[in-house]
Amino acid sequence: MPCTRPLRALASEKALPYWLILPTIVYVAVFFLVPVVQALLLAFRTQDGQWTTRFLMRMVQDIQFGSALRFTLLLLAIVVPLQLVTALFIALLVNTRFRGSRTFLYMCAIPLGISDLAAGLIWFSLFTQHGYINSFLYGLGIIERPIFFLSAQNTGWVLGSIVLAEHWRATAIVLVILVAGLQMISRDYLEAAEVFGARPWQRLWHVTLPLLKPSLQSALIIRTILALQMFAVVVAMGGRMVPVLAGEAYYWYYLYRNANVASAYALLLMVISALLAWGYLRFLRPREVHS
Amino acid sequence: MTFRQLQRRFLLYMVVVVIALWVLVPLVLIALAAFTPRLELYRWPRTVLPSAFSTATMAFFLRSYGTLTSLTNSALVALLTLGMTLALGAPAGYAVARYVFRGREAFRIGILMTRMFPTSLLAIPLIVTFIRWQLYDTLIGVAFIHTAMALPFAVLITSGIFSGVPKELEEAAMTLGCSRLGAFVRVALPLALPGLAAAAMFTFVISWNEVFAAAILTVRNRTLPAQVLTSLEVAPLDFRFAGGFFMIIPALIFMALARRYLFQMWGGAISER
Repeated sequence: MPCTRPLRALASEKALPYWLILPTIVYVAVFFLVPVVQALLLAFRTQDGQWTTRFLMRMVQDIQFGSALRFTLLLLAIVVPLQLVTALFIALLVNTRFRGSRTFLYMCAIPLGISDLAAGLIWFSLFTQHGYINSFLYGLGIIERPIFFLSAQNTGWVLGSIVLAEHWRATAIVLVILVAGLQMISRDYLEAAEVFGARPWQRLWHVTLPLLKPSLQSALIIRTILALQMFAVVVAMGGRMVPVLAGEAYYWYYLYRNANVASAYALLLMVISALLAWGYLRFLRPREVHS
Repeated sequence: MTFRQLQRRFLLYMVVVVIALWVLVPLVLIALAAFTPRLELYRWPRTVLPSAFSTATMAFFLRSYGTLTSLTNSALVALLTLGMTLALGAPAGYAVARYVFRGREAFRIGILMTRMFPTSLLAIPLIVTFIRWQLYDTLIGVAFIHTAMALPFAVLITSGIFSGVPKELEEAAMTLGCSRLGAFVRVALPLALPGLAAAAMFTFVISWNEVFAAAILTVRNRTLPAQVLTSLEVAPLDFRFAGGFFMIIPALIFMALARRYLFQMWGGAISER
């Protein structure tokens, strides 16, 4: 019968996509839901099954907690805007399509593949006592003996070094998102603006940036959430001199073998991430652009 | 070309060079440090260029206790992750690219949402679960976590890659007598292969670079980043510099080979122009 085969094929074609996504859904469900449930149990329940806020209190009252929270938010507030501005600048530069812009773009994207730990070590080699920056300053005759950039007496220097390292490492992801966004903007809008006599600055401010808003938003969300988890860069450069939340989660398990308080820290990070993401989506909602 | 245009062009390339140096100089410096004679690293003042090319620093790192084992561990974990991630993620990516089905958008958004999940929340609670499942301090356990982290990327990347293979080619193969699977294997797969290779390398690099979960979930079977991280406090400078340089090598190779696919991976389907 000529008819049944296509029909049967059609029916199986309908179910096929669901079979194809099923393994991913199951895997993601297991590996994302199990940890959340487990984290709640670890953070709010004692060994013998009593509900408790003991671990939460222990986290909050810990001597490092306040500074970890402060430093995490401070780093976030400095690094993310800095990266957004740098990446936007480079993206607009690339978008002028000068000769060699492709090569330049790939070059700028290199740190995308570099781990936070390696990036931390790279910048450690610059800022350490006998490192490149001290040697360079000495060579110029500016200093006589090395500056201790990475010492507990000088949290400001440590913080600054971490900002530079993180800025170098993770601007690339913002850049790639923004370049992709810029390429989707039709040239017609810009040409129309030019016909109506808009100056370059006006074109940027009134045409390009509004159209780029969705990309800016997603770059901002992704970067913020990743910056909240800043960990290996900080540890590689300053150990625990500048405590951060993800670092504390690590140390509470690695040093004290306390998975309960570590889980409380992890949950706190989750809550802050969710709040910030919600805030961005709520307040930076892109206006509908009719095309 | 007018003088003004020339001036502007000069300014443009100046800025470009400065930015390129900002990206590249730290990489060059760590490479130099990794090949500086060991004692020279402690000298003050130090010159940027080492007095002699020396492999002693790298050799010291590679011969340090635990480095070689952790190197093999890292490679194994990354390969396991790669295998599992593509086996799970590529079919899902294909489904998203080829079919319009109810729940597709929800699936895509759900997958995107998992990227907001902190690594610490993925890793720390699983300590308890992994001990129960006897996965704690095993390579496959670390690979499971890395797969969870890489899977969202793999789905999005592969869906981008399969969207780039025209549906009509597969349909043509089917009218010419291929089965659904045959059309996929003989037509879509070969065309998607370079993109899939890039996705595979990307997955490998995600796993190779990951440090938090690996350090939390292993004790004796450390991966390379976990090994370096946990020995930072006692490690001498030369160990750290050599380790830092060594860890970026796969990333540099990946960026060189897969650069064409970078934008497909991050910014949706943007083709090479």
